[in-house]
Amino acid sequence: MGLRSYIITRILLTIPTLLLLLSMVFLIMRVLPGDPVALHFEKKATPEQMESMRRALGLDKPLWTQYIEYLGGLVDIGYILEHGYPNLGKSMQTFEEVGGQIFSAFPATLELAFYSMIIASVIGILLGVISSKSYNSILDHLIRGVGTVTYAVPIFFLGIVFQLIFGVYLRWLPTGLRINPVVDPPATITGLYTIDSLLQGNLFKFFESLKALLLPSLTLGIILSGMFVRMTRTNMLETLRLDFVTAAKARGLKESTVTYGYALRNAFLPILTMMGLQFAILLGGAILTETTFSWPGLGRYIVDRINFRDYTAIQGAVVVFGLFVTLVSLVVDILYAYLDPRIRL
Amino acid sequence: MPLLEVGSLTIDYPTSRGAIRAVEDISFSLKKGETLGLAGESGSGKSTLGLSIIRLVPYPGVIVKGHIKIDETDILKLPEDEMRFIRGRKAAYIFQDPMTSLNPVKRIGAHFIELIRTHEPNTGKEEAFERTKTVVKNLGILSERINDYPHQFSGGMRQRIMIGLAIALNPDLVIADEPTTALDVIVQAKILDLLESLRKVYGMALILISHDLSIILERCDKIIIMYAGHMLEYATSIEMHRNPKHPYTQGLLQSIPNIELSDQKLVAIPGSPPDMLNPPKGCRFWPRCSYAKKICRVKEPPLIKVGRNHFVRCFLYGKKGVHVERNRKS
Ligand SMILES: Nc1ncnc2c1ncn2[C@@H]1O[C@H](COP(=O)(O)OP(=O)(O)O)[C@@H](O)[C@H]1O
Ligand SMILES: [Mg+2]
Repeated sequence: MGLRSYIITRILLTIPTLLLLLSMVFLIMRVLPGDPVALHFEKKATPEQMESMRRALGLDKPLWTQYIEYLGGLVDIGYILEHGYPNLGKSMQTFEEVGGQIFSAFPATLELAFYSMIIASVIGILLGVISSKSYNSILDHLIRGVGTVTYAVPIFFLGIVFQLIFGVYLRWLPTGLRINPVVDPPATITGLYTIDSLLQGNLFKFFESLKALLLPSLTLGIILSGMFVRMTRTNMLETLRLDFVTAAKARGLKESTVTYGYALRNAFLPILTMMGLQFAILLGGAILTETTFSWPGLGRYIVDRINFRDYTAIQGAVVVFGLFVTLVSLVVDILYAYLDPRIRL
Repeated sequence: MPLLEVGSLTIDYPTSRGAIRAVEDISFSLKKGETLGLAGESGSGKSTLGLSIIRLVPYPGVIVKGHIKIDETDILKLPEDEMRFIRGRKAAYIFQDPMTSLNPVKRIGAHFIELIRTHEPNTGKEEAFERTKTVVKNLGILSERINDYPHQFSGGMRQRIMIGLAIALNPDLVIADEPTTALDVIVQAKILDLLESLRKVYGMALILISHDLSIILERCDKIIIMYAGHMLEYATSIEMHRNPKHPYTQGLLQSIPNIELSDQKLVAIPGSPPDMLNPPKGCRFWPRCSYAKKICRVKEPPLIKVGRNHFVRCFLYGKKGVHVERNRKS
């Protein structure tokens, strides 16, 4: 199978995956105790008020009608062309377009995820390599220990510790928000503040947004790095034993060439696959990180809306998360094929 | 002045169940351009001995005693960064399995260019590229194929490439560790012929390691017979062929089919090599030896000189031979 037909197959396969995901969220939300209509009113409402609200939200219709209508909205091409995002329905809490809300919250999550991933993989792979090279030494045990600990530390705990040290005590870094509130955010191009400010050549805004990103992405990145340490170490130990590594040493190649160009370059392939899978976990972690750091992303959006049983908002956010994870795993597959000549066709 | 001199070399693998003495008290030397064969059953310590010469005994192996001199320098005393320049440039190693010896994500040509430019940093990319093409052509591979990846080559082709990498820097010594064991019978001879012709052209010394004594008899000047980490016999090929002394060597020769002898009876040596964690006391071979005497079970036989350039570790020759502890000269 050629790479192109492989990619097309993969894209087509995301459709049933997303459909399944969506159906599950749709059902779970409605099985969950709590009524969005009751939660909509601050004080106790009369049955008539409740009834008219229910009708306005379309919740009076049979479940399967709601389901079909929701799916129909998703594939409404006209709507997508007009708004630039699919019709995810109106929020049951604010009556705003869910698509629009998600569209503005998602870049914050994406930016956090991106930097966390970089931190997690750089720390994790580097420590994993060092650990494998000093196999069974004190350093190896130390790194493995740290890796296991970070794996087990709750995100909010590490986040709060960082906030206390770097924000409250040392006063070096902001403890929340995407950018210092007295600085205007850069004009939206991609929605990623660091990228947008660079595109506009504004270094000041770039550093301001980078400073705001540092603590949350460090928190999430360090927590995720534990898995990378373990994975890298295991794969490196396996690869370092392989004949071509010994053969490379036997040719007198530099130690760094053997470690990185031979061992890591090959051990990296399974790590890359894991990086793709990690993205789902990363987004889960992002929800907690965003809450800890008042980060106005999609994770916090979900947490806010779940309290109101805002069905449409949750469904929309989950679809976007799902789409994103699928997209990342597709990119990973393509990258894998690119990095491994045995797969390239 | 010998190119290579190995003296009293002893190598252990410490394991959780005790130390395995994979190589014990082995001494030999090799002159420029000479060929030496290391023969012995699997597990007899051939690879451990071979790898020790480029100081790459696999973890957890340690050289506990002895010296290895290349051009008078004891490489066991060299710091790691100087050792790096011995590997590949002075002494090259060819491994048993060509299917796994090349970096799967690196093009063939890149393996050569990297090697040349590591050891000769002043070589430009263009020049290294041209040299690579020449080497590859001499291996009987089309020079266009240097842009291909390892998986696009057959096992025989890959072993040709490994040979090319070994000789690319014109080293003084090449160690070929079972270079054809993983290959089809048909390509085996071709690979060995290629190795031999290149060796002659470049005037390199060769250590050919094989469990197959017939290959070694055919292609080496002198031979070491190894058994359970011990050198049981050391002689020129002609001597070894005409006048094998050790019962083990005699047994090995009897198990080689010979087309010239039509009524030959092939006899395999009974028994199997010892457990290296608990090797037999005395001579390591006595449990399988039909000549074993009482003394063989209690005392290790010394290496005995039985002729010019012929040594054997066996009590059968105690009176006739001249007793020597160690053979420094060859
Ligand atoms: N990495 C290792 N750890 C422990 N024992 C080893 C290791 N490598 C080799 N040995 C032991 O050393 C002995 C010699 O092995 P080797 O040199 O590979 O023999 P050969 O190449 O003749 O087959 C064997 O008994 C083997 O069990
Ligand atoms: Mg071997």
